[in-house]
Amino acid sequence: MASTMKNLLAATSAGILLVALAACTPDVSSGTSTDSAAGGDAGSCSNTIVHPDAPQVSVWAWYPNINTVVDMFNKSHDNVQVCWSNAGQGGDEYAKFSTAIAAGTGAPDVIMLEAEVLPGFEIQNALVDLSQHGADKVKGNFSDGAWKDVSSGSSVYAIPVDGGPMAMIYRADIFKKYGIAIPTTWDEYAAAAQKLKDAGGPFMGDFGSNVPAWFTALMTQNGQTAWNYDSSNPQSIGIKLNDAGSQKVASYWQDLVSKKLVDTQDQFTTDYVAGLANGSYATYVSAAWAPGYLTGAGGAATGGAEWQVAPLPQWDASKPVSVNWGGSTFAVTTQAKDKDLSSTVAMELYASQEELQDGIDTQTIFPLNQQVLTSQSFADAPIAFFNGQKANGEVYIPAENAYPGYTYSPFTTYYYSELTKSMVSIIDGSKTGPQALDDLQSTMTEYAKSQGFTVK
Amino acid sequence: MTNPAAAVASSRAHPDAATKAEATSPKPRRRRSIRRAWIGWLFIAPFGVVFLVFLVAPLLYAFYLSLFSKGLATGTVFSGLGNYVKAFSDPEFLGGVWFVIRFAVVLIPIQMAVSLAAALVLDSLTTRLAKFSRLAIFVPYAIPAVIGTLMWGFLYSPVFGPLTSIFGAFNQSAPDILSSGNIFGGLLNVVVWQWAGYYMIIIYAALRGIDPSVYEAARIDGANPRQIALRVKVPMISSALVLILVFALIGTLQFFTEPQVLKPIANGAITASFTPNIYAYNLAFQFSQFNYASTISFALGIVVFAAVYIFLFTTRKRRGGFSS
Repeated sequence: MASTMKNLLAATSAGILLVALAACTPDVSSGTSTDSAAGGDAGSCSNTIVHPDAPQVSVWAWYPNINTVVDMFNKSHDNVQVCWSNAGQGGDEYAKFSTAIAAGTGAPDVIMLEAEVLPGFEIQNALVDLSQHGADKVKGNFSDGAWKDVSSGSSVYAIPVDGGPMAMIYRADIFKKYGIAIPTTWDEYAAAAQKLKDAGGPFMGDFGSNVPAWFTALMTQNGQTAWNYDSSNPQSIGIKLNDAGSQKVASYWQDLVSKKLVDTQDQFTTDYVAGLANGSYATYVSAAWAPGYLTGAGGAATGGAEWQVAPLPQWDASKPVSVNWGGSTFAVTTQAKDKDLSSTVAMELYASQEELQDGIDTQTIFPLNQQVLTSQSFADAPIAFFNGQKANGEVYIPAENAYPGYTYSPFTTYYYSELTKSMVSIIDGSKTGPQALDDLQSTMTEYAKSQGFTVK
Repeated sequence: MTNPAAAVASSRAHPDAATKAEATSPKPRRRRSIRRAWIGWLFIAPFGVVFLVFLVAPLLYAFYLSLFSKGLATGTVFSGLGNYVKAFSDPEFLGGVWFVIRFAVVLIPIQMAVSLAAALVLDSLTTRLAKFSRLAIFVPYAIPAVIGTLMWGFLYSPVFGPLTSIFGAFNQSAPDILSSGNIFGGLLNVVVWQWAGYYMIIIYAALRGIDPSVYEAARIDGANPRQIALRVKVPMISSALVLILVFALIGTLQFFTEPQVLKPIANGAITASFTPNIYAYNLAFQFSQFNYASTISFALGIVVFAAVYIFLFTTRKRRGGFSS
């Protein structure tokens, strides 16, 4: 029976392999942070340290041009140096950060996070309240909406860098060919979609189940106030996902999907980007960072595609609502050795004129800094992706200025995972839009209770 | 090896002899046996240290974690086996287990049939083609699962894959393999392709180990080649078949890599709790529930243990020399 036993042992132990992996990951990731926070070891940084005598602050970030920005920062600061490394983009980085939080060691001093995940890390006491470290000094640099995204009550958990005001990117050549006028309301958008289909044209747009943040923004546009949450009272949360406005949005997209007026391809995939490039979609309802993403992914490289941008269609044209998708911030972790110095880095990194200009030039970010948003040169800059259209001044800056901010929940990743399931059922028709949202409401309420929240 | 326990046992049986012996001989003898034991430990130390540090310790730590529960809004509290009760009544976990069991039930017979057929054919061929074919069937196993799955992702793609043009040639629309309804078959195909060659090699090696005079005897008795294959070869390699069945069963219950890699392009068909391992991964690294993730991992371990035990128990009579 010896070999049988061995197999059985292998069976049980391998089942736990994941946890074994979990237990050893922190050792891998801690190399950067502990070393650099100690001040000496420049070998663990992905950048060169200009002033080796200055104290160092470790940073995780994934902006494509972050190495340029870090070099600029280090050259202009002799009191602090940034030791940057890339711990992965979005979810990959958050997984490492979560592990570091659970391990109690291994997190960097300053970390790039999207605004939507901030409350989830706040509630684990992983982020420093920057209002205690002079964040009010830079509050005036940002719009109220952008500041609300990173605050909870009077606490501030990150400094905004990059935003994603939403708009409708469209193919002017396709609109012209089929005689479509730019839709300003969602009703006009649906009508245009029908017209395109009747004329044998491409899809009007796409409803991908892997962009729950996108769908949340569109429901928010029609009055959804999903979360009532304040980190000063973290045991209590209000959840409202199935109000009449949200249900209307869900039914609207289900209708477009069932009539095959929009595609249901997952976004950010090679297939989807290829579809955008080869004219399978007349519009791309997306955020201000989309042109940069598409340029990088090769979407703009194909000839003949005349991209333009127009404001997001509205439910009520007389009362336009501006929404946001994505955007990123710098937060200070509670594992930071020197919290004041780290806060300084969070406030000053990617914040100088020079650094922001590089982000704009490389189309890496849509900056939220008011110095940029109010500057004439930014507003008047012709955008190559939009064939010279002054997209910032015409569309994105007004959208950002009108953005009222959003309150996120402390379990965004779980919510997105559940919303994706709802979107799949909306797409395959196994539930009606309102049904899907009702079920989502009860799932999320149950989840919040199981996590120990009092649901208001 | 001189066994101290045996010495103690015998000394109990003969108290007089023991006292006499203790006075004279045992000290140098015991020291020698202790030294010998130490040398033995030294030899297994390289394995033992890795085993303890990277397997036993994390296992114990994970089990310790699984006994506590932590909500986002609450502190960590000891909950004993509460997490296990929760896991075995968690529809997401049970749904994942149900999926991998269904997957195993469909996958393993196909995998066995493909690899057994390939091995039998290759075993009876002696041409150069056989060597080439053996390599060609084995090659997929040499490709890392992540790379293989990524490539299948492109083959399945409606834009880049060949399916659209193949079906288009017959004026048919290609099925979307990366959809909720078809993902089962899509994954099945990837896994069969990936592992059939490996199992084929195991079976083939077992076939090579059979004494050819057995075949000669069968031929003299009038058996045709098909009868030799099914009545002689297959029964004689049954232990190898059981071995690969157990491998396949364990591997399938722990299904992770292929669905995780296909997830970003699967249009929502692969959920956060698609298989138990994916669920444990997401719980830990996406939803920050390390305690419950540990429980799910252990619960999966229990399921795997039970499945393998049931399997070995039901096949114990038909097994050849697999376990002695």
